[in-house]
Amino acid sequence: MRVDLAVIGAGPAGIAAATEARAHGLSVLVLDENHAPGGRIWQAIEARSAKDDDDRAAQEAVRAFRASGAEARFGATVWCVEPEGRVYWSEQGRARDAEAAQVLIATGATERPLPIPGWTLPGVMTVGAAQIALKTGGLVPSGDVWLAGQGPLLLLYATQALAAGGRIAGVLDLAPRGAWRRALAHLPGALRAPSYLARGLAWRLALRRAGVPWIRAAHVRAEGEGRLERIRFAAAGGIHVRPASLLLLHDGVIPSVQITRALGCAHLWDEGLRCWKPATDAWGRSSLARIVIAGDGAGIGGAAVAQLSGRIAALGIAAALGRLAEAARDAAAAPLIAARARHLAVRPFLDALFAPLAIEPEDDTILCRCEEVTAGRVREAVALGCLGANQLKSFTRAGMGPCQGRLCASTVAAVIAAARGVAVRDVEPYRLRFPTKPLTLGELAALHEQAEAVEPQAS
Amino acid sequence: MTERAVVIGGGLHGLSTALHLARAGWSVTVLERRHVGRHSSGINAGGVRRLGRDEREIALAQVAFEMWTNLEALVGDDGGFRPSGQVKVAESAADLAALERRAAAVRALGWTHEEVVDRAETRRLVPAIAPHVVGALVARDDGAADPMRTVMAFRRAALAAGATIEEGAGVVALERTGAGTLRIVTERGAWEAERVANCAGAWAAAVARMAGETIRCGVKASMMIVTERLPRFVAPTVSSASRPLSFKQTDAGTVLIGGGHQGRADVAAETAAVDMRNLARAARIAAELFPVMRGVRIVRSWCGIEARTPDEIPVIGESTTCPGLVHSFGYSGHGFQLAPAAGAAVAEIMMRGATNLPVAAFAPARLVERAAA
Repeated sequence: MRVDLAVIGAGPAGIAAATEARAHGLSVLVLDENHAPGGRIWQAIEARSAKDDDDRAAQEAVRAFRASGAEARFGATVWCVEPEGRVYWSEQGRARDAEAAQVLIATGATERPLPIPGWTLPGVMTVGAAQIALKTGGLVPSGDVWLAGQGPLLLLYATQALAAGGRIAGVLDLAPRGAWRRALAHLPGALRAPSYLARGLAWRLALRRAGVPWIRAAHVRAEGEGRLERIRFAAAGGIHVRPASLLLLHDGVIPSVQITRALGCAHLWDEGLRCWKPATDAWGRSSLARIVIAGDGAGIGGAAVAQLSGRIAALGIAAALGRLAEAARDAAAAPLIAARARHLAVRPFLDALFAPLAIEPEDDTILCRCEEVTAGRVREAVALGCLGANQLKSFTRAGMGPCQGRLCASTVAAVIAAARGVAVRDVEPYRLRFPTKPLTLGELAALHEQAEAVEPQAS
Repeated sequence: MTERAVVIGGGLHGLSTALHLARAGWSVTVLERRHVGRHSSGINAGGVRRLGRDEREIALAQVAFEMWTNLEALVGDDGGFRPSGQVKVAESAADLAALERRAAAVRALGWTHEEVVDRAETRRLVPAIAPHVVGALVARDDGAADPMRTVMAFRRAALAAGATIEEGAGVVALERTGAGTLRIVTERGAWEAERVANCAGAWAAAVARMAGETIRCGVKASMMIVTERLPRFVAPTVSSASRPLSFKQTDAGTVLIGGGHQGRADVAAETAAVDMRNLARAARIAAELFPVMRGVRIVRSWCGIEARTPDEIPVIGESTTCPGLVHSFGYSGHGFQLAPAAGAAVAEIMMRGATNLPVAAFAPARLVERAAA
């Protein structure tokens, strides 16, 4: 298969880009591992009834995408992208590939891991995972459900869970004191951006009305024999123990960089969010000629920014492929770029308000879940001369398990940096390798069998 | 400061050379552009194999084999070496006939490490092998080691013997000084030495060019697959007589699949990218020889850069244009096993201008490009 544009991810950015690209006559292939468009933030949006204007706008965007003529493949898990534009994915147990003149990576964000003692116990999960369960399976929390961490998604999930009839025992706010004061300096900018602050305040208010305890806490531990039974935390000058059946952790989101890292795109350090993000220009173009990035995967901006970035990227791609004159591209993009700037104005405020929590895991806290490597062992390796994450693999096997460091990259780098006394940005991050998603040997083998069936000379 | 010796390249061959020099009492500094074991040395398949080697390499491989079986005495660690055997399977009667001819040729040279075994013995050695396999060529004492662990062991041993290792020191020029020594200029300072070893792997031909010598040598970028951990089911390293494959299970339980399937090397950028279409062939061969592998999950794939000579045997010996410079590169994807012995040979050539170790066939002259007349 050969297309003008392959879009990876059918969230707000991917959908908007595909729709815009079709409007300029490009052939478009959209791949998403979910079974319907929407991505995480608009998960199952077609199956739900709209509750507010945001939902209605999202549904309209999905309808336009469905009608755009883009070839959409769902249940399609992309596991490799090559710099020359070849994209590989698995669908119904078979590997497939396609050649694209341009590839738009719109794989969104991932939750920043929040490693606390006991976070690998059954019964502890992330707020994001719980939200997916709520949206897709209607899994409403019941029993002694605790939320810990910080960030807009935590607030949003709490209100959604309550609205669905769920029960929440309490929220442990782990944000350090003074975050509000630091954030206030960015308030004038934030007020330029529409609706974000009002929404945040509404969520807090909903929690208060529902009588959910909001506790400023620190040093949270998950405890239990074989599964979560209780939580222990410090608050108001004392240590508290509470029964817990489910603990949901969250500390904001960071760009999902598995594909762009494995591709070898240049990345920049985002000091505000303490994470890496791919280097992109205003059109989303990466350091590789055929690779473009839009949405949260290029830097956290939220759904509205992702939609705008998707459209802007598509305009750039249409022009790069000669389907749109540069002047026309610029004219069409100007209002989108201005709108994007308005939405992004809230970011410095939010980044300061929800500055990532300090990563100071205790020695017995597991960082790499796959190989069960603790913070203490990482610190020992540094004492033995380990300088970066890749060397850590030979010392401890950290990052060498099935998840390939997806869940521990940021924590491991932070612990190495602290132990070495250098900045995180100066610690070499894991080199990521394809396949970036699960793939069986048989699936990969079938790719060769199929190629041979088409071209018997292939070797 | 003038060292007696500088080794360019902190891969396994450079470290082995430095170790042997330091043990003999020479002052030696290893100059490594990135960090020790950054490229092929640390990420190769780890085959400790005499089986199926080019006839010109067998003698050196035998010397190396003796060193591997007692690696602990050399570097204080066994490098994860397990003499679990190497098995090259025959997938057809024609394959088996070719393996019989090979075994006869090796015997005629006086070596006894390779033997042909029948279908039943192959199955006993490799119970999970596919039913169509009819026999195999076997070297029972060969095996595999852990590449990074081996590199780290050689690094520690070289340091303990008194060698200096400078990481982040990429060589940019090689000059003759007025005093007749060699001056090695790096990105962060210059070194002077009486003798220099060129163990720069995929970048060694460029080092030779700095000395005014053009050696015909390309690169290869062999790809590897590693799977999730599995219960132990195969002990020896398995290859095929007629198809490129290397298949082994590590101590950790993961399965390493390679065989020289080529990715794309970018020598200037010091990177190599996996070509999934080519890698799919490796997956297919592995799945056809081990049907049990079809549903097993791939965790990673990668690709390392290595020098490849036109005749696929290494370049070992003094430069034809620059006395004092001794080359050791071009191992063409099978240098890991040779490293303990090759390092000893290179150290001897540096120290006394000659060696009794069997490396004559690898002299650089055969690949030196003469200036056009």
